Amino acid sequence: MTGSRLRHAPAAAYLVAVLVFIYLPVVILVLFSFQDGILPVPPFQGPSLQWYAKMFSNSRLLDALGNSIAVAVLSSLAATVLGFLAAYGLARHRMRLGGPARFFLMAPIMVSYLIIGMGLLITFNLAGIGKSLVAVGLGHTIINLPLCFAILFSQFGEHHRRIDSAAHDLGASDLQTMIRVTAPMMRPTLFAAFCLSATLSWDEFIIAFLLSRFDVTLPVIIFEMLRAGLTPEVNAAGTMVFAISMSTVLIAASVMLFRRGGK
Amino acid sequence: MTEPLVELRAVRKAYGDVIAVDNVSLSIERGKFLVLLGPSGSGKTTLLSILGGFTAPTSGQVHIAGEDVTFVPPARRPTVTVFQDYALFPHMTVHDNVAFGLVMRRVARAERRRRVEQALGVVGLEGFGKRRVHQLSGGQRQRVALARAIVVEPDVLLLDEPLGALDLKIRQQMQEELVHLQRELGTTFVHVTHDQDEALNVGDAIAVMNQGRIEDYGPPERVYLRPASLFAATFMGDSNILSGTATADEGNNVRVDTPLGPVVVARRSEGDAQANGAKVHVSIRPEHIRIGPAQGDGVLSLGEATLTDVVFQGAHRRCHARSHGGQVELILRLPPEQVVAVGDTVPIRARAADLVLLND
Repeated sequence: MTGSRLRHAPAAAYLVAVLVFIYLPVVILVLFSFQDGILPVPPFQGPSLQWYAKMFSNSRLLDALGNSIAVAVLSSLAATVLGFLAAYGLARHRMRLGGPARFFLMAPIMVSYLIIGMGLLITFNLAGIGKSLVAVGLGHTIINLPLCFAILFSQFGEHHRRIDSAAHDLGASDLQTMIRVTAPMMRPTLFAAFCLSATLSWDEFIIAFLLSRFDVTLPVIIFEMLRAGLTPEVNAAGTMVFAISMSTVLIAASVMLFRRGGK
Repeated sequence: MTEPLVELRAVRKAYGDVIAVDNVSLSIERGKFLVLLGPSGSGKTTLLSILGGFTAPTSGQVHIAGEDVTFVPPARRPTVTVFQDYALFPHMTVHDNVAFGLVMRRVARAERRRRVEQALGVVGLEGFGKRRVHQLSGGQRQRVALARAIVVEPDVLLLDEPLGALDLKIRQQMQEELVHLQRELGTTFVHVTHDQDEALNVGDAIAVMNQGRIEDYGPPERVYLRPASLFAATFMGDSNILSGTATADEGNNVRVDTPLGPVVVARRSEGDAQANGAKVHVSIRPEHIRIGPAQGDGVLSLGEATLTDVVFQGAHRRCHARSHGGQVELILRLPPEQVVAVGDTVPIRARAADLVLLND
């Protein structure tokens, strides 16, 4: 037994090293948000909630929190609906340009956010759409659409197709089938796609930074605060961003797992 | 003369170079239980899909209840399909699954509830309405799929290997139930399967399919006892096939030289004359070969055979034997009381009437 433990020791050490590498910065960020002092650097003094109090009285930060939620929810909703419609169409109907259509739907995944952001900035300028939260939301819809499409498209299998066929056979029109059968059947996947894109939108900085002006999202505010100097208040804001994305991911994951268990 | 309920006229379906259904014409009378029997790739599922409206034929026509429905979508045909994987709606209760077709037909709520309960009763699932699909066993899901189909009272119920996913025991039970259900409802059933026992258990009529064509179509007894083609003879149960040459035409009979000696076999039909020297086959079912010397009218001697394998199977003894210097391998199904052993060399015989002449 000791022998086998010894044999697994390097693997275990490697695992621990990787986890430390990934999570240590986050742990330090969170830890120093409770700092009882004016600098988020060691030694740790505290704990104290004073920076959270300061953060929640920062009206600009709270506005940004609301903006971030609105952009994340609305852009993810748009991306999920559009992704579902595209996946439904391409999975259900064999069409001549189906392959290229799938490629162009997925392609934005490979383009850097910086390029997309710059492209949108120029295009919106030409179209007379000013920098605003709407522009940011459109940008986020664009980056999340390929993801939602990919997740949903992968769920449309032969079995699903026959379930749709059964609905048609029993007298349902295409629209009735989609509303009463396909979409409800895909609900867990739709929810997961929504959560995932909400998380990405919530964290996204480059596009939000390039396309917003007066009303900004949380990552942009945090960036501004960082430029003004390090304070534990930035840590507190970062902790909040992290906590909210983690909970969203956990909810999405548990919905997916619960669904598998239910089957 | 009553008009057939379903009529396929020269239906053909090609996928590129692959011909799935090759010029099939078929009439099905109202109230029949038809089985489409064939190996995988024989086109039986494609044919069912053409009947259900999920696949458009490349050419030919489909008529149901006197109407040309060749290009009518599934929703507007008087057919309902029960899919192999049941295709139940996983997010709905059993009641909502069964009610779906009625909701689409705008049947009023009270009437709907009554008919759903009735349909669930017919398939033996009273009180299961509130259950969810994932709480049901395979057999129960099968019943829900049936209830969902029969509740809309289709003219034709199409069943695509509906029992394929079930255990042998439940499968046999469901076969009996399907037969009862069909008699009770009087609905025309078209049932696809690759299992010849299932075909015999449920069908009033069997269509044997091979390579996109119907090779034989008729009542189960006829198809089993007088198969129309070599393929039908071998696919529907075990058969001993003796290949030979037609040597003489004797009125309604043909004399055939087989490795087991000359035999005289009834011709299939008047027009089916065999030229002298034509290559033909004679099929004999294993249970039609008997041990003992040939005596009496219409009994043919098949020479001697040496038993190479004997398995007692309860209802009969299944034997393998070699004959004609070991060149011909035979399967026999002897009565259980007939005690034989491996290595026995015995005279064998068969009634001429049990022999079936088949073209090459």
